[in-house]
Amino acid sequence: METIFLLAIIVLIFLVIFQIAKASEYVSILKGEEQVKKQNNRINGFFMIFFLILLLIGVWYCNKLYYPNNLFSWGSASKEGIAIDHMIWTTLALTMTVFFLTQILLFVFAFRYQHSDKRKALYYPYNNKLEFIWTAVPIITFSTLVVIGLKHWFQLKGEAPKDAQIVEITGHQFGWEMRYPGKDGVLGKENYKLVNAAKGNPLGIDWNDRASRDDIHVPTTMYVVVNKPVKLVIHSQDVIHDVGLPAFRMKMDAVPGMPTTLFFTPIYTTKEMKKRTGNPDFEYEIVCSQLCGIGHFSMRGVVKVVTQDEFDAYIRNQKTAFQAAQDAAMSADNSEPSVQSRTLAINSNQKK
Amino acid sequence: MKNEELIHQQTEVAGVAHEAHPHYHKQSFITKYIFSQDHKMISRQFLVTGIIWACIGGFFSVLFRMQLGFPNDTFPWLEDIFGHWAAGGRISQGFYYTLVTMHGTILVFFVLTAGLSGTFSNFLIPLQVGARDMASPFVNMLSYWFFFIASIIMFSSLFVQTGGSSGGWTFYPPLSALGEAADGSKSGMDLWLTSIIFFIISQLMGGLNYIVTIINMRTKGMFMTRLPLTVWSFMFTAILGVLTFPVLLSSIVLLLLDRHLGTSFYLSDIVIQGKILPNEGGSPVLFQHLFWFLGHPEVYIVALPAMGITSEVIATNARKPIFGYLSMVGAFFAICSLSMLVWAHHMFVSGMNPFLGSVFVLFSLLIAVPSSIKVFNWLTTLWRGNIIFTPAMLFAIGFVSLFISGGLSGIFLGNASIDMHLHDTYFNIAHFHLVMGVASMFGMFAGVYHWFPKMFGRFMNSTLAYIHFWITLVCAYCIFWPMHYEGLAGMPRRYYDYSSWESFKSFEGLNTFISYAAIIAYITQFVFIFNFFYSIWKGRKVTAKTANPWGATTLEWSTPVHVPHGNWEGEVPEVHRWPYDFSKDGRDFIPQTEPVGANEITH
Repeated sequence: METIFLLAIIVLIFLVIFQIAKASEYVSILKGEEQVKKQNNRINGFFMIFFLILLLIGVWYCNKLYYPNNLFSWGSASKEGIAIDHMIWTTLALTMTVFFLTQILLFVFAFRYQHSDKRKALYYPYNNKLEFIWTAVPIITFSTLVVIGLKHWFQLKGEAPKDAQIVEITGHQFGWEMRYPGKDGVLGKENYKLVNAAKGNPLGIDWNDRASRDDIHVPTTMYVVVNKPVKLVIHSQDVIHDVGLPAFRMKMDAVPGMPTTLFFTPIYTTKEMKKRTGNPDFEYEIVCSQLCGIGHFSMRGVVKVVTQDEFDAYIRNQKTAFQAAQDAAMSADNSEPSVQSRTLAINSNQKK
Repeated sequence: MKNEELIHQQTEVAGVAHEAHPHYHKQSFITKYIFSQDHKMISRQFLVTGIIWACIGGFFSVLFRMQLGFPNDTFPWLEDIFGHWAAGGRISQGFYYTLVTMHGTILVFFVLTAGLSGTFSNFLIPLQVGARDMASPFVNMLSYWFFFIASIIMFSSLFVQTGGSSGGWTFYPPLSALGEAADGSKSGMDLWLTSIIFFIISQLMGGLNYIVTIINMRTKGMFMTRLPLTVWSFMFTAILGVLTFPVLLSSIVLLLLDRHLGTSFYLSDIVIQGKILPNEGGSPVLFQHLFWFLGHPEVYIVALPAMGITSEVIATNARKPIFGYLSMVGAFFAICSLSMLVWAHHMFVSGMNPFLGSVFVLFSLLIAVPSSIKVFNWLTTLWRGNIIFTPAMLFAIGFVSLFISGGLSGIFLGNASIDMHLHDTYFNIAHFHLVMGVASMFGMFAGVYHWFPKMFGRFMNSTLAYIHFWITLVCAYCIFWPMHYEGLAGMPRRYYDYSSWESFKSFEGLNTFISYAAIIAYITQFVFIFNFFYSIWKGRKVTAKTANPWGATTLEWSTPVHVPHGNWEGEVPEVHRWPYDFSKDGRDFIPQTEPVGANEITH
């Protein structure tokens, strides 16, 4: 019923507008076309300046409403992101100056030089000096931005610090899997052909690689240590995903068949952020930033930034992926566990 | 009707005189309106098809904006129309992504490429360079009909059981390569790819024709330096299309091989839904390189004609020569060449070599230089003009405003380090919608309002046009300006629902506001569509007195009111001067056909 009403109203408004428009044509014939043209020109000229004022107020009001209280205004939560924020502000200062200058000139010129019988337009086809200036100035400005940008780019994309903690993050439709290298600090080899969720090996870890035996696999939530660089090794199992970390100003595609990396240094723990943002539910969220299928919007992960002690305690409580695989295998065929898997399980228990 | 008959009789006489055009005499309904080889009719066909597509593509954006703006509401009428795609009155996830994909595809390819450049290149190139038709009218006709086939296939892809393509207009594999990855990647994707193949063929036929016509068929005295900027822009657009569309075609062929013949160009190490695929050694990044080699020039294919139209309209209605004609042409050339060297700025976070990225940062920011030159030139053209606010002029001014707003945010995204934060967020959406989406639409509107009297021999209603312009401009800013804030906060695009995200909850109210603005903007376009179709049949007629209603200098206004097939009765006029002699030597305007006076200084 509401829809019908709405449609009826829209149709009515259309009819009214149409009648006005038609009437305006008759009026222009009656009043004389020149007269009406001049009147229209004055109205639109006034609208030009009115729109400019509206635009400026709108820009200010929008900023007032939407600048505070979001991930941008809280500042970067990573050391590397601070440089990015800094560049955003530099570029903002520049672009907003140009924005106000050019928009004001555009609409003021439109208003100021609207048609008048008294004025003659100036025949002014070119001015090499002016054109040279506004070629050269942008070239210099943009080159400066390129230099600053590239300096940061190579730092952001360079080698991760030596002491960085390594975490592997694997995307799939539609979730994230985290893997920590365990005590040896080395991630065991993976082979996508070994992926077998039923046998408790959803990541395809190669158990023949000794380095894999102490790896820890946890879905969805990643624990990292505050003020310690963390290097993400990013995988994808099926389609392209993207590890988006808006709070840290970081983003990197997860590409099947091509591991990528990313490093950053968180500077606030999750607890500190809850206080800073005044939101007890605050979490560092991992957003998937590359369209990956119908569940794209629900591919949520969480980064918990904690102190070193909390992190150690957390890791201590985790089962190794190998152990988990053994358990899964045991429960899958608990009636007749194979000799091999039983011995493997015992071996790993002894190692603990 | 009698008038037309009379004119046609006259053209027949002219046709006999001109052996190059033997088609004048057979003008049955089919050859005149359907399989027409007249560039003006083909242009109208492109325009009307483009308008129909714009209605569909725009409606899709309204649908997904409803989901984004009112995620908790249900709209039973949606279920009435779309059945299980909107079960319970709520758009399903699969349908949402199909809508997003189709909105992009339709608007970028079918409306702003075929609808904009197809319409105005076809209409204006022969008329403004002084040719009787395109170099090959037959290929020109095929160009439209291949576009028509592409349209039919694309439209039918919406009706397959598994749904239309849902991998985004960028259709990155493996998502687009594997039917298991999404329902939209099943037969819907095959139809989508086939449609785009036909579309590419259509563009190549059109583009080659435009280039050859401009280079070979200019009338006597029409040197390249006397071409209107519209023609220059169409030429660079066509060159870009001819050079880059084949690369897209190759990427599609490889994708089809991956889909159906088991090759591994883009696939490697994939486990999908528990199935381990045998493909190894392919690279999804390869696809992105191939795609963006077209994908980036494509945005200039969309933007350049709008810039050309804007230049022409601004000069004419400011009653002033365009400022810096040569630097305008130079800027077109710079944009055309640089645009093929910036494609990987869409791929800063794709995992490609960071050093490669740095090269693309340099070129991406440099391409902003010719764009700024253009903006400054337009501003200077307005300065000390005598501006008449025709509907076309309003849209041209709106174009400049939107182009500035959208262009400036490109400086953020072109800088790789900033792009790490802003990539694929709403900031990006705001950027490209303002700079090439809405701005190019404005260019297209400016073109339609400006050349409608020439196209159809009637005037559009200006009151409706003014209403159309002001509401659209305000809505454009209401929709896209606040999106910058969402983007700065890192809000990712192409999300169906944000309610489970702690980081973006604060933007819920804003999303509703944007959706309202989008719906109003969409409804307002019907003012234009109504005005357009009503005026074709019922608009005020153009008479001999108003044959050059805007006081323009270019050749198309020297043709009869109802332009015959062959464009000029008798000889094609000779050109003696550049097209921007406005307010010169105390005269309002001097047509290009007028010989240069003895004491006159030429530009």
